[in-house]
Amino acid sequence: MSEILLMLGIFAVTSVVSYALISRVPQRLHTPLMAFTNAISAVTILGALLLFTAEVDTAAMLLGAAAIVLAAFNLLGGFSVTDRMLRMFRS
Amino acid sequence: MDNWYELLVDLIVIAVFIGGIAQFRTPKRARLGTAITAVAFGAALALVVYRNTVGQLWVVGAAFVVGGIAGLVVSERITMTRIPALIALQNGAGGGASLLVSLVELGRVSLPTDAIGAGFALAGVLVGGVALSGSVIAAAKLDNHLRIRAAVPGAYDRAVALALLGFAAAAALALTVTGFERPVAFAATALAPLALGAVLALRVGGADMPVLISLLNAFSGLAAAFLGVATSNEMLIAAGAMVGSSGTILTLVMARAMNRSVRAILTGGGPKPATPPATPDAAGEAHAPATEPGPELAPKQPPSATAALRQAKGALAGATSIIIVPGYGMALAQAQHEVASLARKLSQAGKLVRFAVHPVAGRMPGHMHVLLAEADVDYDDLYEMDAINDDFASTDVAIVVGASDVVNPAAITVPDTPISGMPILRAHEASTVIVCNLDDRPGYSGVPNPLYTDPKSILLFGDAKETVASLIGEHAR
Repeated sequence: MSEILLMLGIFAVTSVVSYALISRVPQRLHTPLMAFTNAISAVTILGALLLFTAEVDTAAMLLGAAAIVLAAFNLLGGFSVTDRMLRMFRS
Repeated sequence: MDNWYELLVDLIVIAVFIGGIAQFRTPKRARLGTAITAVAFGAALALVVYRNTVGQLWVVGAAFVVGGIAGLVVSERITMTRIPALIALQNGAGGGASLLVSLVELGRVSLPTDAIGAGFALAGVLVGGVALSGSVIAAAKLDNHLRIRAAVPGAYDRAVALALLGFAAAAALALTVTGFERPVAFAATALAPLALGAVLALRVGGADMPVLISLLNAFSGLAAAFLGVATSNEMLIAAGAMVGSSGTILTLVMARAMNRSVRAILTGGGPKPATPPATPDAAGEAHAPATEPGPELAPKQPPSATAALRQAKGALAGATSIIIVPGYGMALAQAQHEVASLARKLSQAGKLVRFAVHPVAGRMPGHMHVLLAEADVDYDDLYEMDAINDDFASTDVAIVVGASDVVNPAAITVPDTPISGMPILRAHEASTVIVCNLDDRPGYSGVPNPLYTDPKSILLFGDAKETVASLIGEHAR
């Protein structure tokens, strides 16, 4: 039970801290911000990797592999497109 | 539960993620933050592989390389005009990954001991599935492949209810049945959220896309966070919560800039067409007398295109301060390079040239900024609504390029229209307004724009790429 409390605590604290920080992001950077947070949501790839630490049947293997393909697309593509946009901004 | 030092390492990586997002204040710092976060992400990946014995390494590695290379190639090659669709697709991919992993986790939970795990895995399937299909539909709409709007009243509500019921039923079956029904129930559990996401995205119309895309951004984060609770993974929870926060903020900012509730945007299928007798002369007098089309002015004969162009060039030549207001029409006509060279030319002539960008101009948060940055417009020349709105009154010329609703004075002067009360860029307060729109049809809201009949407006209708180029005596590239 303490474990679920710890997890909910991490969720709540991170949400609040991020909310405070992200509220101050200027509108001009909203698109890169969205691309960046997209890339971060590829964190689910860690979950996909951990699937393979247990015994996987064929179905789980296929689903897990598909998840890794999607998450890797999101991860590398997300970071790359964020940087590409930020490079364009000049002042 | 992890060992305490593993938890500590996780918390450090999480802190670096948060530190990275805190850098999004200036482009330069944001690049640094992105790089640091990418490194931390790589470290997190390496840690997971190092701490655990990951089986099927060939499959895992091949999947990573295939997805990663595809992601890199697409994002390096895509043109900036198609960035909104790409971002939607990447978001969908993240949601899809969470859907699939949550589904496998759901198959592994042992009930009734792990009811919490089952619940959060189900939540991951639901939210991840909605993010996946919603984003794919959004991407198709953003890339102009799909133009479907609400048709049958009530049909969407029924479809949403049906999808939710289907999900509940399929989930209950998936957790109880055995044998050959089990995979069927699991497939149905995954398909119901996909249907739900498709319905949600289909009913949201063009100019409301910034809200939809921000919301789906939040969903893909939440899906990861739910999966994190289901699998007791702090990194997933924290990173997912960050993305959820960011998407929520963007959603609220966009909805506020439209003066509508998120719920109304998602369920209303877009603003209803304005009631026809929306003449601004009733309430507009005191606030903006110049926008009042007097009866003798309303049917004024429009000057010929060449006369209007001459007039516009004259106004620009005599102006010392100019504000350019870009809108989705600029993106559609891909006129950002022409707009940028117009701005350059004018500022080389010693004029003060600034850009005013409405929060919901375009199809995603920050859309205009990215396009103008691509065309080499100086970052410091891009002003947000509140920073520049008071300056219109002292500005000689406002140039509106492909924008209607976000500069529609009816939002201030006419009550009870779909945009009444929506904060607008007050371009109509400038001494002269040059309108480079496709035609004089109302914007997405359907509310007629009094700017088109205002005597101080110079109307250059047609493709913005050409009309803007003609202002500097060039031909569209």
